Amino acid sequence: MIFEVFRQERRGQPFEHAGSVVAPDADFAEAWAREQYGRRGESVALWLVPRDAIRDVEDWADEFDLKYRRVDGYSIKARLKEARERAGTAGAG
Amino acid sequence: MNEQALLGLADDELVLGWRDSEWTGIAPMLEEDVAFSSIAQNEIGHARAVYSLLADDPDVLAFDRRLDEYRCAPLVELHLLEWAHTIARRWLYEVADEVRITALKEDSDPAVAGLAAKIDREEAYHRMHAEMWHERLRDEPRFRTAVEELWPYALGVLPAELRGELVTRVGLDNVEAVERGTHTDELGPLWEEMTIVRRSAPAGAQW
Amino acid sequence: MAAVEIPRDEQAFLEYVQSGGQVETADWMPEDYRAKLIKFIEMHGNSELMGVLPEREWILRAPTLQRKLALTAKVQDEVGHAQLIYRVVEDLGKPRAQCLADLVDGKAKFHNVFHYPTETWGDVGVIAWLVDAAAIISQKALLKCSYAPYARIMKKICWEESFHILHGRDVILAMVTGTPEQFELVQEALNRWWGPLMQFHGNPIPKDEDPMYLWRIKSQGNEEARQQFLDGYVPQIRELGLTVPDPKLRKRDDGVWEYTEPDWAELKHVVTGHGPKTEERLAFRRRFLEQEQWVRDVVLAA
Repeated sequence: MIFEVFRQERRGQPFEHAGSVVAPDADFAEAWAREQYGRRGESVALWLVPRDAIRDVEDWADEFDLKYRRVDGYSIKARLKEARERAGTAGAG
Repeated sequence: MNEQALLGLADDELVLGWRDSEWTGIAPMLEEDVAFSSIAQNEIGHARAVYSLLADDPDVLAFDRRLDEYRCAPLVELHLLEWAHTIARRWLYEVADEVRITALKEDSDPAVAGLAAKIDREEAYHRMHAEMWHERLRDEPRFRTAVEELWPYALGVLPAELRGELVTRVGLDNVEAVERGTHTDELGPLWEEMTIVRRSAPAGAQW
Repeated sequence: MAAVEIPRDEQAFLEYVQSGGQVETADWMPEDYRAKLIKFIEMHGNSELMGVLPEREWILRAPTLQRKLALTAKVQDEVGHAQLIYRVVEDLGKPRAQCLADLVDGKAKFHNVFHYPTETWGDVGVIAWLVDAAAIISQKALLKCSYAPYARIMKKICWEESFHILHGRDVILAMVTGTPEQFELVQEALNRWWGPLMQFHGNPIPKDEDPMYLWRIKSQGNEEARQQFLDGYVPQIRELGLTVPDPKLRKRDDGVWEYTEPDWAELKHVVTGHGPKTEERLAFRRRFLEQEQWVRDVVLAA
């Protein structure tokens, strides 16, 4: 079985994909992943997940403009300038 | 624990670490190559720590004694470059060593007891690894044969008063042990190779 | 529709990788790209594995416990790298067992340096310091490999190799500040290893004739790597009072190193399986591969 290995470098950090280990079962996978991804104390934790337990999601519909949901969908410079001029605060920073 | 017994522990770890590192590059799978390397390094590290309790320079004890001054048990001296025997020895040694270390954690010398506790914590992974293999191979005839062959040697790792515990844990009958004190023929060649570079320079040379 | 669509056309794919595009395992790739990738990465895995054998004897002979530990850890890393690398090859379609079988049957290549004998503790220092230095130059260039899974493992590999070089240099420094005999051991080892080191990065095929570079599997030409090695390490060698055994070696005013042309025929002869230690080492691996087939059958069976 192929086990994907996710490792956490320090407490509180996200678990990141580090590689994979081929092993007959979870015990062997653990023993071998401990070695490959932790023998220098470089990981505080590992997650081992059989590869076929992972659902791969890679396609997205991007047909209509969704910018209103994101920060880059907003450009306030022009209106802000006008508002300041009206209020007489245009000189401020 | 007296000095001779501590030396025996350290020499066991040194020689077994040397034997375990003979698998470098040729273990049955790469993952085990890496695992054995870690185990070997831990064993050498334990040897070094115990030698440091006994002398200022651990290397002097590790390398500069005469052959007959080493106190290792015959079990660790055996040249066993075959996997069933190697794992059998790993497993038997870990069980015996756990009995020994458990006793050592109660030693009257706090430095010894403290070191035993540290060793014990690191050994947890060795035991996990040995148990994992023992589970996998327990029904393999060649493994069972290897365990039976090495059993008298395993008994010889422990002093007589601790052997009962080993018998219970391993589940084999008590037999006559191959005692510590007489080296096998295999230690000589090992010592030759282990010390060949060291002996090529005068004592005290830096490396 | 994926955010980045890998073009299913060899020319467009070429442009994609040449403009920095990266490829994942499940993406479409031209057959030639896949084939060259597998061969290149497999050779790397083979090299890490074969590199273990010249060094393993010295673990057993290390003259102090500290050196024994360090060398064991270094060699352990090499095996670990081989495991990572063969995993990548396996996901590309060639099983590890097949790679190992091809290796011991002499059907696959590995780097020239691992075909030569190691003779003294001086070799241990020279290999850990200079051979690993030559390797890390190539490996850093692979951090930008167009094939992303390989680029990702290179990060871990490079990080681990950095301690190897330091360990090697430490071994050398202890000897060059030790007895005159120890200094001589280092010089003598350097004399023997210089030739293979100069051949290591391969013959100076121009970048735009090198398919590995065109596909951006490698991001650096062979000569560029060699020049980087000389720039970095000749000064470090000379400052210890050691002599580089090439009377023609010098750095020109324009910064380019000149040197005696390496023996490219020797390189070809060696990597095609005719090095001084090739057969012995492959036979050693083959013996244990066969001896322990039963272990793999028991463990890797369902």
